[in-house]
Amino acid sequence: MIANARLTRILRGCLSTLVLAGLWQFASLFVPHYLFPPVPDVITRTIAILFTWSLLTEVLITAARIFAGLLGAFVLGGALALLIGRSPRIEGYVTPVLVFLQGIPALSWVVIAIIWFHGTEFRIFFIMVLTTLPAFTFQILDAFRSMSKELFEMTMSFRPRRWTLFRVLILPTIVPGILTAWKVNLGNAARVVVVAELVGATGGVGYELLRQQQLFDMAGAIAWTLQLVLFVLVVQQTIVAIEGWALRYRAVSERAI
Amino acid sequence: MAQPIIEFRDVSKMFGRADGRGDLLAVDRLTLDVAPGEIVAVLGKTGCGKSTMFNLIAGLIEPSSGQVLVSGHDPFRDFEFFRGKVGIVFQGDRLMPWRTALANVLLGLEILDAEPTRARAVARGWLERLGLGGHENDYPHALSGGMRQRVSIARAFAVEPELLLCDEPFSALDEMTARDLRAEFVRLVRQNGKTAVFITHQIGEAMEIGDRVLVLHRPARIALEARPTEAEDETAREALRDKILQVLGHEAAAGTQA
Repeated sequence: MIANARLTRILRGCLSTLVLAGLWQFASLFVPHYLFPPVPDVITRTIAILFTWSLLTEVLITAARIFAGLLGAFVLGGALALLIGRSPRIEGYVTPVLVFLQGIPALSWVVIAIIWFHGTEFRIFFIMVLTTLPAFTFQILDAFRSMSKELFEMTMSFRPRRWTLFRVLILPTIVPGILTAWKVNLGNAARVVVVAELVGATGGVGYELLRQQQLFDMAGAIAWTLQLVLFVLVVQQTIVAIEGWALRYRAVSERAI
Repeated sequence: MAQPIIEFRDVSKMFGRADGRGDLLAVDRLTLDVAPGEIVAVLGKTGCGKSTMFNLIAGLIEPSSGQVLVSGHDPFRDFEFFRGKVGIVFQGDRLMPWRTALANVLLGLEILDAEPTRARAVARGWLERLGLGGHENDYPHALSGGMRQRVSIARAFAVEPELLLCDEPFSALDEMTARDLRAEFVRLVRQNGKTAVFITHQIGEAMEIGDRVLVLHRPARIALEARPTEAEDETAREALRDKILQVLGHEAAAGTQA
């Protein structure tokens, strides 16, 4: 039953993608190819990037920047969330700053980073961390606050040390929030990294997109964009698989909502 | 008499009301002793302060005035001293949903840094003893209410505590399951020579379990102290039951008049 449902979901996804590709191909018959290149051209370019090491390296550089930024924001956001969760006083100081940061557009961070810093990698890391930090903090904080009072009191009745309390109760409680935060922020990070690379880098998917724009090469632009989409899809599915394993204890109703 | 394991000296506990209408007195100058090896059943109506008294013994809350001592130490302040000394069976099973039955029983042993191989053997032993052999790897959602409560009893016993605290642990179960678990619980407490404080709102349960029954009035203070084990025959037990009922009824009447 479950295997069938998964297969149906995959088939539906494939069908809608095929319809979109069909519409694109149809449009390419009537408008110039520099606006709507034929689908086979796009596929050929996409595969070429995947199988040409020098081009694939650009994708991997972008992937590494996304991971580095997300990891930095996760570590900092997790620590902030636990500090805020423990102390209302700290919350009073930190939350307004995070809300303020949330309101700053990614492009503004790009400009600020270019003015403030010299190194490309640090600029991108700074932009990634600052743009994803509030979401990581608030999502992990929400998960921390959803911790059951009953389970907390039960655990405290055994008088655990701080680290043990974190390991046996707090960490398992916030794991669903952490996984959601990664899923949500991954998409954001993929968008932000392209903007950062577009403006301030000499390599990566964003830089390649800039080159395609200068060459007026639409097939190339789409092929590079698809690399990022594929990357996000692969990582999302990996997180979903981890989620399935980590949250396997949850009961699932046979009746669909 | 041996040094009491639990001592309440003129203990009061007040809570601030959420709506700001002053303080609520939950425990009123309560004084009592519990001797080592004794099973004390605490009986009272809902809201009479039983659970507050329970939380004071467990060290989950602090008295507003007076002194609570368990094994001569303050259970709220002497955090380290009570590691592994108190086992608690709560009203709900309070199992961690992400842990299997075995891992839930192992929780206390993990916290006490028990050697892993020995801890697993101890946890398995308790599950076997409580009729849960074969369910070690089941998650709580796959167990019935009675089975989950058995796991929580195993979790409390596994750390070999000196003192067992039980807050209406069988109240959410059907009568048949509750009766079986009650009998099992008493057998285990006596067999292992534990001291237990058992909170309940059922007279039958209190008389069946307790060496001594304390009937509480609201706010928590002792209205009657009885020893069911000293009732020689069924008639005496019936008389004692009637007396407890009368005391509880008297409080209800007083509450109505108020």
